[in-house]
This record gives sequence, C-alpha cells and structure tokens, in this order.
Amino acid sequence: MNEPSAPAPTLDDAAVIDLDGLAGVINALVDDGFEVIGPTVRDNAVVLDRIEGVADLPAGWGDEQDGAHYRLRRRADEAVFGFTTPATSWKPFLHPSREVLFRARRDGGGFEVDDTPEPAPRYAFLGVRSCDLAGIGVQDRVLRSGNVPDPGYAARRDGVFIVVAQCGEAGGTCFCASMATGPTSEAGFDLAITELVDGGGHRFVVQTGSERGAGILGRVPIRPADETDRGATRRAWERAEGEQTRRLPAAEVADLLGRNLEHPRWDDVASRCLACTNCTMVCPTCFCGTVEDTTDITGTVAERSRTWDSCFTLDFTHLVGGPVRASVRARYRQWLTHKLSTWFDQFGESGCVGCGRCIAWCPVAIDLTEEVAAIQRSDGAVRS
Amino acid sequence: MPMTPLPYRVTDKRWETADTATLTMAPVDRVVEAPKPGQFLMLWAFGVGEVPISISGRPSGDLLEHTIRAAGPATTTLTDAPVGDVVGVRGPFGTEWEVERAHGGDLLIVAGGIGLAPLRLAIHSALEHRDRFRSVALLVGARSPDDLVFRSELDAWLDRTDVQVEITVDYAPGGGDHRWTGDVGLVTELVRQADVSPASTVALVCGPEVMMRYTAQALLDRGVPARSIRLSAERNMRCAIGHCGHCQLGGRFICLDGPVFDHPDLAPLLAVRER
Amino acid sequence: MKSIADLLADHEFFAGLEPAHVEFLSGCGQNVRFPAGATVFSEADPAEHFYVLREGKVALEVHVPDAGAIVIATLGAGEVLGASWLFPPFRWQFDALAVTDTAAVALDAACLRQKCDADPRLGYALVQRFAALLVERLQATRLRLVDLYGGGEP
Repeated sequence: MNEPSAPAPTLDDAAVIDLDGLAGVINALVDDGFEVIGPTVRDNAVVLDRIEGVADLPAGWGDEQDGAHYRLRRRADEAVFGFTTPATSWKPFLHPSREVLFRARRDGGGFEVDDTPEPAPRYAFLGVRSCDLAGIGVQDRVLRSGNVPDPGYAARRDGVFIVVAQCGEAGGTCFCASMATGPTSEAGFDLAITELVDGGGHRFVVQTGSERGAGILGRVPIRPADETDRGATRRAWERAEGEQTRRLPAAEVADLLGRNLEHPRWDDVASRCLACTNCTMVCPTCFCGTVEDTTDITGTVAERSRTWDSCFTLDFTHLVGGPVRASVRARYRQWLTHKLSTWFDQFGESGCVGCGRCIAWCPVAIDLTEEVAAIQRSDGAVRS
Repeated sequence: MPMTPLPYRVTDKRWETADTATLTMAPVDRVVEAPKPGQFLMLWAFGVGEVPISISGRPSGDLLEHTIRAAGPATTTLTDAPVGDVVGVRGPFGTEWEVERAHGGDLLIVAGGIGLAPLRLAIHSALEHRDRFRSVALLVGARSPDDLVFRSELDAWLDRTDVQVEITVDYAPGGGDHRWTGDVGLVTELVRQADVSPASTVALVCGPEVMMRYTAQALLDRGVPARSIRLSAERNMRCAIGHCGHCQLGGRFICLDGPVFDHPDLAPLLAVRER
Repeated sequence: MKSIADLLADHEFFAGLEPAHVEFLSGCGQNVRFPAGATVFSEADPAEHFYVLREGKVALEVHVPDAGAIVIATLGAGEVLGASWLFPPFRWQFDALAVTDTAAVALDAACLRQKCDADPRLGYALVQRFAALLVERLQATRLRLVDLYGGGEP
C-alpha cells in the first residue's frame, strides 16, 4: 500500500525536475523491475498502456470532453500530461475484465483443482489523476478491505508504485471538486507531479509521498521548488478547480435519491438510456462481475473465470421466474442509486469520484449530474 | 482461495417431488466449516455452473444435505448426478435463522413450497432441544400434495404431540375417498390456527417472496412483533462473498447481510417496485 | 346442554354481535352433524342453509369429469360455510363434503334473510361480518392464482 511515511506532503518540500528528470524517473522504475503503465495516444484517444519512456507520452495533446463527446486536440505547448482524464481508467490493470480463478481436472471419482494464481505484475502507474486515485481507493475498500479480500486484486494492488499527475486544467465533464476527490491528491501516492509549461520552462513540481518515492526521486537531478514554482503550481490547481462546470451535491445526494425512488425522472432517463453498459465499463469504481464455467471438448478439464458484468444487462438479476429488474428504468435507477446512495450504506462513502467518464462515453449523453439536479428541483415528485 | 470449491461425493439421493431432490454428500478430502441453519453453500456442477443452495440437513458428522430443484443447467446437472459423483462445495455463507431467539417463548415456523428446505435444519434443532421452547408450531404450504417435500418427515412430525403441524395445499384432488385430508387453502390462512402467544413468538418464514410478504403481514396482524419475524431472501448470486454485486437489494448484499433478515430490515427493500 | 344461542355466541363469526341479535338469529338454527364422507350440500342444490362450523372439517369441491373432484378449499371449526344463500338464485356453486365428523349449527337461509329485513341493524352487522370474511377469502384465493410455488404440472 502506498502509505505516506510522513504527514501529507506540502509544496514547501517540493522539488523540481525537467523532462529529462521525468525520463530518469521512468528509467529508475524500469530498472527496479516495474512495468510502467502511463498515458499514450492510440486510436484517437489518450489511453493507459505500457510505456517505455517519455517518448510514449502524449506530448502536445489535450482533449475536449462533453456529453457523448471525446476529441483529442492539439495543444499550443508540448505538455505531456496536457489531457484531462484518459479515456480508460486504471481498473483494467487492477481488476481485469477476465481473470482465471482455477482449472480443474476430473480425476478418478472426483476432481483436482489448480487455483495457483498467475504471478501478479509489478505495476508503476505514471500520471494518475486525483479522481482516479480516489477511484482506486474506492475499489480497494470493496475488493480488498471487505470480509473476504479478493486475492487477485490484492496481489495486483499491493506494491503498485503511484505517480499522481496533479491537475492544472479541468476537463469538460469533470466534477471532482464537488466530490472532494480532486483536483489534487494529498496522500496515497509515492510521488505527485504538477506539470508547468510557462516562462520558467517545461518542468514538473514534485511532491514526495513515501520513502519509496523519495528513493526513486533521489536518482534523478532535482532542484528545490522556489516561490515562483509554488505560486504557479497553486494557480494551476486553482484553475483546475475553478474551471469545473458540473457539480453534484455530494452531501445531500444519498438521501435525495433514497427518498425519490418513484420520481418521474427515472422514466425520463429510461427513455434515453440504451442499457449499453458503457458507463459501467469506463467507471473506475464499478466492480460487478460474474463467473463463467467452461470445459474443454472432452469435458475432463474445467475452467472458471471471473469476468466484468454490468447491472444494466437484462439477466443480471435473473431468478427462476425471470429477471427482477426487467425494465431499463429499474436498471438505470439501480446503477445510479447504488453509485451515489446505497454505496454509503455498504462502504461508508460515495461510489462516485467525479471523473465524468460516464458522461463522455454515454452514446446518448446522459449526464448523472443533470439527472440528480432534475430530481432535486422536484424533490418528492412521484410518477403517475 | 475464496472462489475454489472443495470436492464432495454424493452418498445418497432422494427425490422429494418430480423435480426436486435431496442430495447427501460427504467430503472427499477437506471439509467446509459446519453450516448453521439458514446458511447456504455454493454447489458447483463440474464445468457447468455454481448455484447457492441452503443447507437442508446435517445427518451426522461432516455429511451435508442439500435440497435442489432442477430449474436450470447447473441445478439439473446436480439433481441428475448419480450417487458416487463428485460435486464442488464452497461455503458456508450468510446469516442464520438464530432459532435460539425463541428460547423460553414460542417458535412458529412457516414454510412455503421448497422454502421448507432452508428451514429443515432449524426444525431439527428445535425438536432436538424441544424443552427450550414453550410451544412449537410448524405451518407448511405447497402447491399440491405431490409438491410437498420431506413427506415422510412431515408424517413423523404430525405424529408428535409436542409440536403443532398444519399442512395446506393450494389445490388437491378430492372425491369420495379423500387421498388428501389436510387443509386446502393459502398457507397464510394457517397463521390464525397457530397455537402460540404472538407477543412472545419468534417466527421463521421461508418461501416464495410473495408468500413471505403476505405471511409476514398475517403474523403482524396477529401481534407478532416485527423484530421477531425472520425471513430468508433470495437473489441471483455469482460469488457469495460480496464482490460480484448481483445479490444487492438496496444497500444490502444478500450473501453477506442475509439471506436471513429481520422483517423491519427486509420489508422496505422488498417493497421497492422494480418496474 | 348448550342452547343454539350459546353455541352461536361462542363462535368466532358472531363475536361482538349484540346478545339480543344472537338470540334473535338462534331462532333460525338447529344442531346438525355430518359423519366423515357425508355430503353437506351439492352443486346446483337450493342453498337453504348457512352453516356455522363447530367441530370437524369440510371440503369445498368442484367436480371435473376427467380429473374427478378437486378440493378448492377446506374449512374447519370456528369458520362458516356457505355464501350462495345470501343472493338469488340461491343455488350452491360447489359441492361440500365432510372430511371428518363435523358438528355445525345450520341456520335456515330464508329465516335469516327475513330477520335481516325485519331488523336492518342486525342485517348490517351480519353482512358486515360476511363481507370481511369474503374479502379475506377472495384475497387468499387470488394469491393462489399467482401460482407462487411454480414447478410441477401446469
């Protein structure tokens, strides 16, 4: 786990590195045996993938995000973290879409099970946005801290080296400020970098969050941050917070939705929702899965895998007589009330981190902040 | 590993009705923790699938009994399994009936259809320690006489003088020489006949969800305190350990917070119309 | 030896009815016994009595040619049997057979209807009790239509 070795790092102890320094950080991580995952451009989007060096980073690329809208745009500068959120989250690495749980072989009258897990990769995540770091934390509390920890998740999660990229701009769909999950992180990382491209040059202001982080940073040339660096960093953070146009009333939304289960707005959103499950796939906290049992053609070797599933599918709630949640209305309501309301009952916090991906990647531009606002405006209305 | 089943061998199989069988199974090697009444286990049909089935009996030692209705590929494979076949067992999971809550007072058990199976171990436990309760009453409902499970055991319980047993079916063939001399009617209608003092009664109810809702209402109408009514809920389950999300009902995971709930905790969740 | 009025006053159905009304109604009643297997009434017979069941069990049945007699309800001590006596055409809809030795008070239907006409307050009290019973039975019967248990033969 990324426990800070000291109280939350402030900018007072920050260091400054340049692009070569960043390259040095990546090399140090690779030398230490980490598989470095970071942002890169592929298929007209900034996605997360294995990177070898700074050349793989999306230099000069920014993005436009809005409801059902994602475009890359060319920046005027060569910032390498000039996008807002990558199209994908870190979820596919920590909680992959398919994971073999065991293989079993028929043997005499019974069967032998081999549930030895694949060796877990040693990941270093480069450029984690605060919302996504919060998302990782939310999944930690579902899959790692519960009654029965998920051993696969724990193995992949333990020891992940995290380099947060603090935000200097807000994305079109971002609302982390109202969810108190960003735009900056204060803990839970090994290093946190804020990219600055201005009169002072292209540089990164680095906060150290752990001894491990300090060790890596110690292998690249640094200079201490001065007041100019600190001022520019704070202004960048303030811009990231101030530019956000969407918000969710985080403190009230749990009770608001809990008392509005029969609100007519659910019918309204159901008339638009395609139940395509995009939102659950791009969401960093959605954890629902299912289990698939298969055999080889002889029927002597069986394999069981865990795969992603979505509460939007018709047979998610299948019982003998049919699905419990047959209508799209019932399924959309389940997703949103779980994410924003009953998640509190289960895990003591919201399931939403304000990354806004569900808004950008919904083909019909359903915006959960707008849906909540509509319910709030006519709190207590009941469908006829 | 939490998703890995242990091999258990089927040592006996009894058909209760045309589509429901009780399997007795013994561990091949490692043993699961002893299940308590109300808990369930995930039974795995090799390569086909896994289903949550309540423990329905613990005849002796490490033997487990499960009563399974053939309703899909996994359950059909399990009920088709011949004696000697090996199935996978994982668990036990979930909350218990907590029969001991009725100690010193009256115990009322209401079972609908195959709902008698999850209650069977609780009934065994109550009869084994009969002196810890004042009155014990068992109300059983089923579609028709052919759909009653544990027939021979029901007959044995009917013969006992220390427990009141009332059985009703939705319909039964009649005629001059009646084959069925029990009641015909909805199981909720038996609630008024139970010989218990409602204020000091703990009621355990299991059956189709609609039956549980109306039975609970009949119990409340008779004066049984809501907190003394325990129900067993059912939802689709894939993992039984709170990770797959399928069994969520409101803010509860049926596999972790249930399947057995006190009425005041479950009733508002069942009342949400999933339309 | 209890009088008819005493037997009616003891019975659940008449709970809360004014003693004077119970006395008034008892004039319509007589004790009856049906040994196990005996027919209480048959479908299409004139519905001439309202039965207040004291002991035993009665099965209401429908006769279906290829399925024989199907029991659609059983009624026991503390319950009442018969609804068709209240309204024209005053004909039984179902068969009723005693499952076990059954003791009841049979109230003459014409006598009951006449007394209700004579004393509307009594009429209202009786019909109120009857309506509550019918609603309860209707609800339970409707729930049985839902076929909650599933499985088996359709």
